[in-house]
Amino acid sequence: MALPVDDKTLTEKGIDAPDVTLGRVLLLACGALAHEILALKRLNKWDHMDLQCLPAKYHLYPDKIPNAVEEAVLKHQNDYETIFVVYADCGTGGLLQAKCAELGVEMVEGPHCYSFFEGNEVFAKTSEDEITAFYLTDFLVKQFDAFIMKPMGLDRHPELRDMYFGNYTKVVYQAQINDPALDVKAQTCADKLGLPLERRFTGYGDLESTLKSVS
Amino acid sequence: MSEEEDDIILADLSDDELVLQMHDDLYDGMKEEIEESVHILLGRGWMPYDVLTKALVEGMRIVGIDFRDGILFVPEVLLAANAMKGGMFILKPLLAETGAPRLGNMVIGTVKGDIHDIGKNLVTMMMEGAGFEVKDLGINNPVENYLDELEEGDYDILGMSALLTTTMPYMKVVIDTMVEKGMRDDYVVLVGGAPLNEEFGKAIGADAYCRDAAVAVETAKEYMAKKHNQMSA
Repeated sequence: MALPVDDKTLTEKGIDAPDVTLGRVLLLACGALAHEILALKRLNKWDHMDLQCLPAKYHLYPDKIPNAVEEAVLKHQNDYETIFVVYADCGTGGLLQAKCAELGVEMVEGPHCYSFFEGNEVFAKTSEDEITAFYLTDFLVKQFDAFIMKPMGLDRHPELRDMYFGNYTKVVYQAQINDPALDVKAQTCADKLGLPLERRFTGYGDLESTLKSVS
Repeated sequence: MSEEEDDIILADLSDDELVLQMHDDLYDGMKEEIEESVHILLGRGWMPYDVLTKALVEGMRIVGIDFRDGILFVPEVLLAANAMKGGMFILKPLLAETGAPRLGNMVIGTVKGDIHDIGKNLVTMMMEGAGFEVKDLGINNPVENYLDELEEGDYDILGMSALLTTTMPYMKVVIDTMVEKGMRDDYVVLVGGAPLNEEFGKAIGADAYCRDAAVAVETAKEYMAKKHNQMSA
C-alpha cells in the first residue's frame, strides 16, 4: 500500500482514518511512524487494521498529544472494536499513559520511538552510556529541516548551534530501512550539527512485535 | 531593522534614549551593540549595578514577558541571552569591585542523565543579574554533586533542571537524599524544565516549580524575603 500523503502532510496535518471503516482495529499513530506502520501492514497482511495519524509536529509540542489522542479516540470508538495508540510516552511525562488508561485503550511501551525502534530493553541498557547522543530516525532524517533546523532557528541563526548541541558528541541514525540516499542525508544532518554520525540499523524494533500483539 | 535604525549612533543618544535602545537591542539579540552601549554608559559614569539592572535586566524582563506570551520563541530568547551575556561579561568584574547588593547564594545544575542546559543557563544568568551568587554545576549531576556543593558552601537555594521525562524523576532522588541527611529544610529547592509542571514539583517535594527564568528569579526573591523576615522576627 503506497502512502497516500507526503512527509510534509504527515508532519503538519497527519492523515485521517478512512471514511469507510475497513478494519476492526484502528491504529492511532504519530505521523512520524506512518511509513513504518504501512510497511508492516503490507508485510504482515494486517488488513484488519486501519491507520489514522496525528501531525508528527506534535513531537515539538508534546503537551498537545494527550488531548489530540483523546479527541480521535472519542471520534472513532464506535467504529472499531479496538483502538491502539501508536505513541510511546513521547515527552508527555506519563500524561499520555494516564489519558489512555482513562479512555481504556492501549499504547506502545517505552519512553519514545528511539527506544522502541532500538528495542526498549536494549535501549534502557545502552542509553545511560549514550546521553550525549542525538537520535534520528528515517522520518526525522527526511524531515530534519522541519523538525530541527527551522523550529530551533538554526536556518536563520546558525550561530546558535553550539548553544543547542554543544553538549552532544554524536548523531545516532537509527535506520529503519536500508536506503543509501537516506544515509547520505543523515550525514548531511550530522554535518549541520557539527557532530560525527553513527549509523545503526534497527529495522522496526519493538514496533512490529507490539503491533502483532494487537488483536 | 529599518534603514533609519541602522543610522543610529549610540554615543549620540541621551542616557534615557540609550537605555531604551538597549532594551530594543537586547530584544533583537544584537550583542555588539549591547557591548558598545555598556561601555558608553560606564564611560558616562554609570555604576555597573545600574547598567546591569536598568538596561540589561529590564531588557531581558521584557524579552521574558514576550516569551511567556508566545510572541518570542526560544531562538530569539537565546539571541537576547547571548547579547546580555556580552554585557554581563564586561560588567561582572566591575560589579565585584564596586560592590552590588547580594540577595542570596544558589547552587544550580542539570540532573543526572541529562545534558540539556539552555534553560539552566538562562536561569543562572537572570539570577546573577538579579543579585544572586550562583554556582553552576553544569550538566549530568548525580546526587553527590549537589549535596557536596551544598555542604561546602553557604547556600540558600538549590536549583535543578531537566529537559527529559526520563530524567526529571531524578530530582526526587536528590530531594529524598536531602531529607534522609536531615538537610532538606536548610534550603529552598526550585525545579524547572520543559516537561515539568507545578503538580510534579509538589509531588517530589520541591518548594516551587518555576516555568521560566523570570519566575525563578521572582520565586527566589520571595523566598529570600521570607527567610529575611523570619530571621528578623
